[in-house]
Order: sequence, then structure tokens, then C-alpha cells
Amino acid sequence: MSLLSRLLPTPGRSAILLVIWLMLNVTVSLGHIIFGSVFAIAIPLLCAPLQISQPRIKKPLKALKYFFMVLGDVVVANVQVAILVLGPISRIKPGFVAVPLDIKEIRPITILASTVTMTPGTVTAELSKDKRYLYVHVLQMPDDEQEVIRFIKDRYESAIKEMFQC
Amino acid sequence: MNFWLELTVSVLLMIGGIFVLVGSIGLFRLKDAYTRLHAPTKATTVGLGGILLSSVIYMSHLQGYINIHALLITLFLVITAPVTAHILAKVAMHHKVKTMEPTQNEGLVDTAREQKSVDDDAGSSSDN
Repeated sequence: MSLLSRLLPTPGRSAILLVIWLMLNVTVSLGHIIFGSVFAIAIPLLCAPLQISQPRIKKPLKALKYFFMVLGDVVVANVQVAILVLGPISRIKPGFVAVPLDIKEIRPITILASTVTMTPGTVTAELSKDKRYLYVHVLQMPDDEQEVIRFIKDRYESAIKEMFQC
Repeated sequence: MNFWLELTVSVLLMIGGIFVLVGSIGLFRLKDAYTRLHAPTKATTVGLGGILLSSVIYMSHLQGYINIHALLITLFLVITAPVTAHILAKVAMHHKVKTMEPTQNEGLVDTAREQKSVDDDAGSSSDN
């Protein structure tokens, strides 16, 4: 058991590597499974010293739900931004907001920042050094900037908090 | 190739094409570096997503097995696109790139650059 856990410090990551290797070659032949397994074992071992311990996703189902929620949001927001871009430019009122963060660890913050950037209309620009604020550039600023902050916090941050149970 | 499959592939291609076009138009029309960043993030998500999905459907039909190469492209795009956008915005912020005329809360650029506390600055930035 200890040998197994030493060989596979991160079983999930190894599995993902193997699957991606097989997907890249579009095959499930034995040779590629063996070859992919060698990579799947060697790469996490080589990268193990680089790791910083991170909180794990405690609720995978919540993560899946979050993924589809973001997917839907991306499509809706895309149409909104497309209309904005094609309309008169003078109507666009960009602005910056500082979103106060409740989550503290780097991994949840990374997911939140990526989500905010992926959903068109908002791009994260900077994270304050004490990790308490996320600076976000908004393409179309509503009259009340709290609206944007509330949207990001209620819709994404709370979901991420549930996912990581922190 | 039956009609419905062809229709799905064409519709996805159209949607993808339109969004990539809109992304490029946005890149051309918008006025400053920050707003321009919004256009490519849009093009990569729905635009390329649509094109790649249609490629998956078409190639799977043509070859008789599910072709997942294109899905991998989507995966890598989804991982890398936000990081690039974030870094570009960060660099723009630290280089004090000019912002568009009606940009609100411009003071936050300095707050972020100098890592000042937002709380001290909140009073002065909210009335801009």
C-alpha cells in the first residue's frame, strides 16, 4: 500500500494524464496503454517536489453542476456582449471593481478568477497581495457597481465555497 | 450523410463563425486595451467551441468512431485562455495603459498597482 501511494502520489492526476494520452492517440491498444501508464506514473513523480498542498474538491457533483452552470452563463453572456460590441461604442461604459474575497486558498481563487475571465463581460486584472481583493474589469458597468460584486459573489464564489467546503 | 446531421454541423459552424467574427470586430472597434481583451475571450469560448464541436460531429461521422482530438483543443483552450487574458490585463494595469473615456473607478488601477488597501480608497473611488 505504501509502495503504491509512493508510486502514485496523485492518482487522480495520473488517471487524467493516461486518459489524455489515449485521447491524443485516439486508441485503446495495449501498447499505448502501457506507454501512457509510464508517463502517467513518471510525470507526477517528477512534478511531486513542485507541489504545494491545496484544498481538494470535496463535492465532485457540485463541481460538475458548477461546470454546466458556467457553460450556460458563458453562452448567455456571449450573446449580450456580442450585442454590445456591434451596437454603438459610445454606449459601452467600462469600469473596474474590487471584489472582496471570502475564499483564502489559491486553488479556489484560481478557479474563481478563471470563471470570471471566461464569462464574457468581465476580466480579472489583479489579485491583491493579501488575497483579499480581486480586481475585475467590467465591460458594461451597471449604475450600481455593487451589482457586479454581488453577482460574482452569489453566483460563483458561493458555489466554489460549497465545492471545496471551506 | 443524412440531412439532420448536416444541418447540425452547418448550424454549429455558422454560430462559431459568427462569434469569431464578432470577436474580431470587437477587437477592431473597442477603444482601449482592457475592453479589447473582452473580445478574444468571447471568440475562444463560444466561437471556437461551436467550430470544434461541429468538427467532432463531422469527423466522427466520416471516420465511424468518435474523434476526440477537437475536444482536447477545447480543453486546452479553456485552461489557457483565462490565464492569458488575466496576465494581459495585469500587464496593462501595471503599465498604466490608457483607459477609455467613460471608464469608472480608474483609481483602482493605482490601488491594485501599489497594493494599497481598498478600504482606505473606497471613499474616494466610489464617487467617481
